[in-house]
Amino acid sequence: MIKCENIFKSFDGRTVLNDISVTFETGKTNLIIGRSGSGKTVLLKTLVGLHEPDEGSIYFDDVCYTDLGFKARKAIRKDIGMIFQGGALIDSSTVFENVKLPLDLFTEQSEAEKRERVEFCLERVELSHAPHLYPSELSGGMIKRAAIARAIVLNPRYLFCDEPNSGLDPQTSIVIDNLIQSITREYNITTIINTHDMNSVMEIGEKIVYIHTGYKWWEGTKDDILNADNKELNDFVFASAMAKRARGK
Amino acid sequence: MKILAAFGRYIILMGKVFSRPEKWSIYYRRVISEMDQLGVGSIPLTAIISVFIGAVITIQMAITLESPFIPQFMIGYATKETMILEFSSTVIAIILAGKVGSNIASEIGTMRITEQIDALEIMGVNSAAYLILPKIIATMIFFPFLAAFSMIVGMFGGFLVARMGVMIPNDYIDGLLYYFDSYEIFYSLVKMTVFAFLITSISGYYGYYTKGNSLEVGKASTTAVVVSSIMIMIFNLLLTQLMR
Repeated sequence: MIKCENIFKSFDGRTVLNDISVTFETGKTNLIIGRSGSGKTVLLKTLVGLHEPDEGSIYFDDVCYTDLGFKARKAIRKDIGMIFQGGALIDSSTVFENVKLPLDLFTEQSEAEKRERVEFCLERVELSHAPHLYPSELSGGMIKRAAIARAIVLNPRYLFCDEPNSGLDPQTSIVIDNLIQSITREYNITTIINTHDMNSVMEIGEKIVYIHTGYKWWEGTKDDILNADNKELNDFVFASAMAKRARGK
Repeated sequence: MKILAAFGRYIILMGKVFSRPEKWSIYYRRVISEMDQLGVGSIPLTAIISVFIGAVITIQMAITLESPFIPQFMIGYATKETMILEFSSTVIAIILAGKVGSNIASEIGTMRITEQIDALEIMGVNSAAYLILPKIIATMIFFPFLAAFSMIVGMFGGFLVARMGVMIPNDYIDGLLYYFDSYEIFYSLVKMTVFAFLITSISGYYGYYTKGNSLEVGKASTTAVVVSSIMIMIFNLLLTQLMR
């Protein structure tokens, strides 16, 4: 479980997050949704520790992350996997080397054990045919899958995904969404996904938090979202003509 | 004020860079890889520039020292001194600041804007040390070899033009052998080691703090080369004064 309480964050005097309090549950795919510039990426990066909140507390299970020192935070970070919008694979390393990197740095496993673990993760994301390829040789979907493999290689307890579907076609997006959801359930991890893709929301949104102008505007499930009585949320959810027609039916 | 703030950030970054690595074995492998990329990869450029400059210095010396009162071997001697004292350390360092410095700044800058550095940080890796320290160690070890290599190749370039008729080759060789002071080599290699640190750490700094898009990576790369070159000149003066 990840919980944040009364989070404020501002940049150069401009407040981006305003008093955000929310609990993300274990074993579920928790979605943060909102328009571009609403503050959802800042919220995700604050939760993961890339930004320091101005005020408020963040808990990883029962541990208050914001109260921890550098070393203790580092220990928690080893339990975190993150999938970035562009994949953020190391350009100069192959897929295999990218996935193996956390094992090299943080485990004392033998080369054979590491190879076995990397091969398992690559197989899990259906990328066992491409360990020798460099990121520049991969398609968008393959980059995301390699990033997922790297994120899960150390058996994380928390998984963060920043717009995992951006730049992907609808079919590949569903594959990535389902992969994240199945990994979340399989390993019982706390997954937080940042997205503005309504397909993802309806496909895997077990808990949804809607951020608007830096405030938590709404939270609920994918079943609640279609009938929510919230103008800004409805404007966001039913922005496309197709969604409006679907609602009309 | 801006310069002071930048200097402060540079010192803080160096503090992170020189903190204890997560795993020595990984850093060792990265140092070897960086030596290959930044050092071995610079051998052809160093060789080409040194051989031509050595040749040109010899021709210029032959013209300038053309006098019945100056022995011919002084041309070889002057070429040797120029190569050892200034060219093979300072000029090669400035050329390497262009090649290696821009490479480092753009590589790390691109990693910054594509969130690769964030990814390392989230894994719990000290990204500054992981990315910059192996480059610093690799260049500080390898660049002095490049300087020594440049001295040899430059003097060979002079010999080639001597053979082409600029002067008597044996006189040129006599000049190379005349008054050899090993301290001059030591002085040159020490300078190159310091320049290697400056080039890599300054370029790493500008790359690491890149913000924005690819335009900013280009700017960071250019600034890294300019600042490295200026610092090389300043430190050249200081070291020459200190070690004379």
